[in-house]
Amino acid sequence: MTALLYALLVPAVAALLIAASHRRPNLREAVTLASAALLFALVLALSRDVLDGRYPALVLGEIMPGLELKLELEPLGLLFALVASGLWLVSGIYSIGYMRGNDEAHQTRFYACFAAAICAAIGVAFAGNLLTLYLFYEALTFVTYPLVAHHGDDKARSGARTYLALLLLSSMLFLLPAITITWLVADTIDFTVGGILNGKASTGTALALAFLYAFGIGKAALMPIHRWLPAAMVAPTPVSALLHAVAVVKAGVFSIVKVLVYVFGVELGAQAFAWLPWVAGFTIIAASIVALRADNLKRRLAYSTVSQLSYVVLAAAILAPLSIVGAVLHIAAHAFGKITLFFAAGAIYTAAHKTEVSQLDGLGRRMPWTFAAFGIGALSMIGLPPAAGFVSKWFMVIGALEAQHWLALGVIAASTLLNAGYFVPVVYRAFLAPARDTAMHGEAPWTMVVALVATAGLTLSMFFLADLPLGLAERVR
Amino acid sequence: MMAEHLPILQVVLPLAVAPLIVLARDRGFAWVATTVVSYGCLAIAIALAVQVAASGTISYAIGSWPAPWGIEYRVDALSVFVLVLVSLTASLVAPYAQRSIAAEVADDRAYLMYAMYCLCLAGLLGITITGDAFNLFVFLEISSLSTYVLIALGRNRKALVAAYQYMLMGTVGATFYVIGVGLLYLMTGTLNLADMAARLREVDELRPVLAALAFITVGIGLKLALFPLHQWLPNAYAYAPSMATAFIAATATKVSVYVVLRYYFMVFDPAQLFAHLPTREVFIALSVAGMLVASLVALFESDVKRLFAYSSVAQIGYITLGIGLDNQASLTGSITHLLNHGVTKGAIFVLLGGVALRYGTQSMSVANLAGLARRMPLTAFGLVIAGLSLIGIPGTAGFVSKWYLIMGALEQGLWWVVGVILAASLIAAAYVWRVVEVAYLCPARGEWRGGEAPIGMLTAALAMVILCVYFGFDTTFSVGGAREAADLLLRAQK
Amino acid sequence: MSAFAGHYAYWITIFLMVAGMYILIARGNLLKKLIGLALLQTSVYLLYIAPAKLIGGSAPIIAGGFSTYSNPLPHVLILTAIVVGVATLALGLALVVRIRETYGSIEEDEILALDSADDG
Repeated sequence: MTALLYALLVPAVAALLIAASHRRPNLREAVTLASAALLFALVLALSRDVLDGRYPALVLGEIMPGLELKLELEPLGLLFALVASGLWLVSGIYSIGYMRGNDEAHQTRFYACFAAAICAAIGVAFAGNLLTLYLFYEALTFVTYPLVAHHGDDKARSGARTYLALLLLSSMLFLLPAITITWLVADTIDFTVGGILNGKASTGTALALAFLYAFGIGKAALMPIHRWLPAAMVAPTPVSALLHAVAVVKAGVFSIVKVLVYVFGVELGAQAFAWLPWVAGFTIIAASIVALRADNLKRRLAYSTVSQLSYVVLAAAILAPLSIVGAVLHIAAHAFGKITLFFAAGAIYTAAHKTEVSQLDGLGRRMPWTFAAFGIGALSMIGLPPAAGFVSKWFMVIGALEAQHWLALGVIAASTLLNAGYFVPVVYRAFLAPARDTAMHGEAPWTMVVALVATAGLTLSMFFLADLPLGLAERVR
Repeated sequence: MMAEHLPILQVVLPLAVAPLIVLARDRGFAWVATTVVSYGCLAIAIALAVQVAASGTISYAIGSWPAPWGIEYRVDALSVFVLVLVSLTASLVAPYAQRSIAAEVADDRAYLMYAMYCLCLAGLLGITITGDAFNLFVFLEISSLSTYVLIALGRNRKALVAAYQYMLMGTVGATFYVIGVGLLYLMTGTLNLADMAARLREVDELRPVLAALAFITVGIGLKLALFPLHQWLPNAYAYAPSMATAFIAATATKVSVYVVLRYYFMVFDPAQLFAHLPTREVFIALSVAGMLVASLVALFESDVKRLFAYSSVAQIGYITLGIGLDNQASLTGSITHLLNHGVTKGAIFVLLGGVALRYGTQSMSVANLAGLARRMPLTAFGLVIAGLSLIGIPGTAGFVSKWYLIMGALEQGLWWVVGVILAASLIAAAYVWRVVEVAYLCPARGEWRGGEAPIGMLTAALAMVILCVYFGFDTTFSVGGAREAADLLLRAQK
Repeated sequence: MSAFAGHYAYWITIFLMVAGMYILIARGNLLKKLIGLALLQTSVYLLYIAPAKLIGGSAPIIAGGFSTYSNPLPHVLILTAIVVGVATLALGLALVVRIRETYGSIEEDEILALDSADDG
């Protein structure tokens, strides 16, 4: 179906147009916003088909004999695409405020690479087989490199190098052999309901493949591959917000869930990935402990992301029907919550030039909108109503109970407490502690505040209007 | 009538034009003639490819002397693939040569460079198309001697030493090849490759034949830059004029691979011989060593041309690995990589030629490339794309050959070989990214008078870069042709 | 004894081949290396020519009363090889002349020293 192709082309063409409007910043920004709106509309239009049960597919061509480039839209991919495209629009608005407010250099490169990254993310979402997924996955890595290295100084260079090195290491050493072995064993690499490895892979092979996939999809930030995430915090905050709270990391966990459900299938997956809850659980707790001790706000948020991503992996690895629903919902819930938190961090930097948690005392009174949004995002991370995080956590807990997976329940409980431990004090002290410095500044630029409020609103609304995400999540089988 | 004589025309065209260029002595004429010859050869190669696809192997007897007494030219699926590769590279490089040669070779010697280029082309095409063992030696030496001259015409005096060293090693290699052919002639009484294959099956005294196999392997291995016989390559590629490097890097070693494939699969009776000598194991071991060692050296190399020269040694390791693995998938990967690496490395060296032109006599160290993205944006971007193909990222030509090699290794159950292929790719990512990082993220220093590379060079370079991406998506010719060739080779075993 | 005497041509071939390669590798003077190369190539000529003479064979001219003729083909091949060898030698000598002009020396170690002085 050509709508799939258009959805891919819109951000790609936008990237070119943005590069071309180098000298007219207002035109350039307009292109970003218009393309984002157009893309979201396209994806929304496609959702009608998916909800009716028709999964549009499109074969783009055959790369090698038997190996095609294939796009196929199914509920999980649609959810990811909706989240990515919708949040592109919001973060476009935010970026305008941030980039202009901080008078950043290389803005054209930023917006162009952003659009290209969204194109790659949509490609990942729409991938119909492992090869297409791998192609867009690697493209995403390379297209986000200039964004991470944006500032061009030594720190940025070294952080970007770690970013690229870890992601390439995991994908080349683990993911590529996993895909080739799958092709060899199963004779197909298409995503199919019920998996393609049933009856074709021995237990040993399935276990080895599980290991290769879990650590090969480095963007899901399982320990010890997670180091790229904090390293990528050298990027400007809009990059951290959209990419490292939404596009890149979600591509990672999305791929893991997709592989679990559509390559392994539920029964084989449960066997082969039985060890994964332990790794995910360890990641959740360890990352939360590091976050607890981190003073740099973005670092704290980065490790919180690592931890939250492993929630998705944990819930998916349990492979109980409701926990899969929880995992899928969390892809959306975490995206909304985390982007709010990063937006707030960027607003704090732009308005008050503060980066450390210890410097935030009393700031809430001067930047009420920012910190209110931060509070809502924090609620979502902890998993309390009325935030989106509660909905996904609910399903995860019920799923774990059904499967009698006590480890998962223990981990979820412990990490909820830890999350509260590193988020609540921030909000408390921002509003109630006496201010540290007496510099007079107000709220962040209005575009940033608008974006903040929008995403905080989304976080809340997903709690009240969970029909669409829930509908999609339940169809992932 | 013309169509029947295409095989001989393929070689005669460049061979006849070379002395014309020397007689005319004019630089402009030389360039035009070379370009016309390159396109002509490409047209002939494509015509032959079409013929072979339609009616199978073509056999052409020179002077109407029938084989096996006369010299026979044989065009089959494997040779036609290499013919198209060589002439395609020549057609892409020749047009852009003018500015490059003008900048790097003295004006009064430029026409000689073009003459040698035509001779080299004739030699390479001749090696590919001939069906006679000694005729192959003659063309081997024609291409080698002209290559030595091409390298020696480089600007830096180290080019002379590099050419001399290459000449010594190359001649030893050719001599070993001749010894091997002599031993084979003694045992079979014929020089025609097809006839030799038939007669070898009836030979009962195997020792001379095994010795011949060893001599031919080492001899061609020297030309192939098979590790550890690769010592001549880094200096030769680094100090030759850019156009020569671009042409040689994409073709000379590939044609030597063709010779190995031809001998191993279609002359020697594989089942019989490889049981006596551990050729497969040796090939795999040497390839693995070459891939890892050369990649690591490239990682620490400071001159950018030498860096990519060592990268070539590693990539040749990929190709010979496929030969060692010896199944359909790995052979397909090897043969595809002849084309894919040719296009990738050709693109990189053509782009570097543009950089060398603008840099003048400044050193081409990696550190000196700082700020290249600002100064020469299209060139830098081309280097990124070609670099991605070198690493083997999906969506580029390099990925396709890597996929088949991995498949081949998996089918043999050799997990550690898969690991080595991936490790070598990672190291490639490291050294490519060194260059990209410096070009994009380091501030430029020093004076800069030039701009982007001249349009002629840029078009040729970008054409090759586009091919890098094209062959990553449309593999009907690259994989299709390679598969035909691999099938031909494996069928001959039975 | 017949293993040596009957195959003396091959023993000479081997001696020339190894001597040539030794000179090529062990001698540092560029001209001497070329001489080694030439020796190596000469040994190959002998390798081809020696077996061409068949035992009891006459010159390869058809004449009555003779049934066994020596093989003329290797001679033809070697003529070609000699020509290639001459071309190689000429090219090698030309390179040595140019190296002498630019480096001022034809000793390998001196040239390497000059080269690394350039780099360093």
